[in-house]
Amino acid sequence: MRDHQLKVVVFTVLTVLFLCYSFVLYFKDYQETVPADALAQKGKDIWQQKNCGSCHQLYGLGGHLGPDLTNVYGKREQPYIEAFLRTGTTVMPNFHLSDSEINALIAFFKYTNTTGVADPRSFTKHLDGTISQQSSSVR
Amino acid sequence: MEPYHNSRLPYARNYITVGLLFLMAALLFGLLAAMQYIVPGWGRDVFSFEKLRPLHVSSAVFWILMAAMGAVLTYISEGENTVRKPTWIKVQFYLFTFSFAAILLSYCFGIFSGREYWEFHPYFSILIVIGWIVFLLNFFHYFKTLKHQPVYIWMWMTGVVFFLFTYLESNLWLLPGVRHRLVQDMTIQWKSYGSMVGAWNMLIYGSSIFLMDKIAGNQTYSRSPMAFALYALSLFNLMFNWGHHIYTLPTAPYVKYIAYFVSMTELFILGRIIYGWSQTLSTARKYAHIYSYKFLFAADAWVFANLGLAIVMSVPAFNIYMHGTHVIVGHTMGTTIGINTMLLLAFAYNILGNDSRYQLSTSRFSVAYNITQISLASFWLALIVAGFLKSYWQMTEPTIAYGELWNRMRPLFYIFYVAGLGLAVGLLYLAVPLIRSGFSKASSK
Ligand code: HEC
Ligand code: HEM
Repeated sequence: MRDHQLKVVVFTVLTVLFLCYSFVLYFKDYQETVPADALAQKGKDIWQQKNCGSCHQLYGLGGHLGPDLTNVYGKREQPYIEAFLRTGTTVMPNFHLSDSEINALIAFFKYTNTTGVADPRSFTKHLDGTISQQSSSVR
Repeated sequence: MEPYHNSRLPYARNYITVGLLFLMAALLFGLLAAMQYIVPGWGRDVFSFEKLRPLHVSSAVFWILMAAMGAVLTYISEGENTVRKPTWIKVQFYLFTFSFAAILLSYCFGIFSGREYWEFHPYFSILIVIGWIVFLLNFFHYFKTLKHQPVYIWMWMTGVVFFLFTYLESNLWLLPGVRHRLVQDMTIQWKSYGSMVGAWNMLIYGSSIFLMDKIAGNQTYSRSPMAFALYALSLFNLMFNWGHHIYTLPTAPYVKYIAYFVSMTELFILGRIIYGWSQTLSTARKYAHIYSYKFLFAADAWVFANLGLAIVMSVPAFNIYMHGTHVIVGHTMGTTIGINTMLLLAFAYNILGNDSRYQLSTSRFSVAYNITQISLASFWLALIVAGFLKSYWQMTEPTIAYGELWNRMRPLFYIFYVAGLGLAVGLLYLAVPLIRSGFSKASSK
C-alpha cells in the first residue's frame, strides 16, 4: 500500500513540475528575438511550404543534404542568395519561385540572421561541458 | 519456437501487419533518398529529396506507431477472460491506416507543412488526434487500476497520455504568435519532439518488459523496485531532457542547463547495462532458440551503443559540433532501427510469427538476422564517421566549399549505401513471413 502511494506521489510531482515548466516556456517573453516582420513571416511560411528544411538546417536542425542557412544573409551577398533561389543547383531543385516569393525568403534569411549565430566556432566552451552563445552579430 | 500466445484481441495483429508494410515503404524510400547522397542531383526534378525524405521518415514513424499500438493493444488484453468486440479497435485502425496512407500520397504531390518529422499538412493532424483519442479510450477500457500493477502498465499509460499531449504541443506553431518568433517556435517544437519520442518509447519498452516476463514465465522483474526506479528515471528524462536537441539555439540558458543535468542521469542506465551484461548473456543463451528473444537481445546491445553516443552528445560542448552532421542522422536511425525496430520485430515475431506455414527455418532466420545486424553496424558507423569528419573539416577549413565537403565524405556514403541495401534485404527477409501470416490471419478473421 505504502509502496503504491509512493509511486503515485512520484508520478504526480513529476507531472506537475513538467506542466509548470511547459507553461513557463509557452508564456515566457522570448526577448532574445525580435518577431519577424510581415515580409519575413511570409518568407517563413514559404520556407515551410516548399519544405526547404528537408535539405537545410536552421541552428543545426533539419535535413542534411544542404548547408545550414541561419546566417546565410550575414555571410553572402544578396544577389548570390537570389541566384540560388532563382535557378537551384545540381542538387537543389529550381522551385520556380516568383519575385515576391524570393523577396520574402530573403527577408526571412535577413530575419533569421538577427536571431543569433549558429556557427559552432562562435560558441565559448567551458571546462564543465557547458557553452555560452554569442547573441546576434547584427541587430 | 515462440512462447505461448493467448491474445484475446486478435484484431490487433492487423496493426502489426500494416506497420510492417510501412517499414517496407521506409526501406524503399530510404534507399531512393540515399541515391541523392551518392549521385548528386539524381532524380532532382522527379522525386527530389524534399519529397523522399518525408516519405522515408514518415513511413518509419508510421511503422513505429502502428506496431507499438498493435503490441500494446494485444498485450494489454492478454489478461482478459473474455474476447471483446473489436469495434473501436477497428475504428482506430482504419483512422490511422487511412490517414497515414493519405499522408504519404500527399507528399508525392508536394503538400507539406515543412515541420521536421511531421512534414504533412496540418489538416491530417485532426485525424491523428482523433485516432489517438480513440486509442486512449480503447486503452483505458482495458485498464482497470494502477494498484498492484506491474511496471509496464504504468509505462503504457504514460506513453498513451504523453503522446497526445506532446502531439498537440507540436502543433502550437499553428498559432501565428508562436510561428513567427523563430526561437520560440523551435524551442516548443523540439520540446514536444523530445518528449514525444520518450512517449512512444514508453509504449515500446513497456511492451518489451511484458514480453520478457512472458518468455521467462514470471513477473519478477516487472514488479521489482528496480523496474520502477528505472521507469521513474525514464519519465524524468522524457519530461526534462529534450533541451539537448537545441543547445545551438539561442534560447534561455536554463533550458540547456536543465537538459544537460537531466541527460547525465542516463549514465545510471548505461552503468546498469554494463553491470548486468553477464546476466544478459546468460539469459541470451537460455532463450537462444526463441526468435523474438533474439531481437530483444539485439535491442539491448543497440541501447548500449546508442546510449553511449547519446550521452556524449548531451554534453553541450561536444553537441554543438555534431549538429547538422551525420552523427545526428546516425544517432536517429541508430535508435529507430537498432532499438525501436528490433523491439517491434520481437513483438511482431511473438504475435504473428507462430504460423508454421510461413515460419523461417532456424538457419535462414540466422542468416537474415546476422545480415541485418552487421549491415546496421556498418551503416551506423559510416554515418558517424562521416559526421565527425565533416565537423572536423568545417572547423579546420572554414572556407571549404559545400560541394567539396560532400566529395570528401562520399566514400563513406558508398559504405552507407551498401550497408543500407544489406539492411533492407535482411529486414525484408525477416518481415515477409510475418506479413504473409498477418494477411492470412486477417482474412480468416
Ligand atoms: C534537395 C535539397 C534542397 C532543397 C529542397 C533546397 N535546397 Fe537549397 N541548397 C541545397 C544544396 C545541396 C545547396 C549547396 C549548394 C550545392 O552544392 O548545390 C543549397 C544551397 C542553398 C543556398 C546557398 C547557401 C550558400 O551559403 O551557398 C540557399 C540560399 C538555399 N539553398 C536556399 C534554399 C531555399 C530557400 C529552399 C526552399 C525553397 C531550398 N534551398 C531548398 C539543397 C537544397
Ligand atoms: C528500419 C529502417 C529505417 C528507419 C526506421 C529509418 C529512420 C530514419 C529517420 C528517423 C530519419 C531522420 C533522421 C534525422 O533527422 O536525423 C532517417 C533519415 C534518413 N534515412 Fe533512414 N531509416 C531506415 C532505413 C534507411 C535505409 C535502409 C536507408 C538507405 C540507405 C536510409 C536512408 C536515410 C536517409 C538518406 C535519410 C536522410 C538523412 C538526411 O537528413 O540527409 N534509411 N531515417
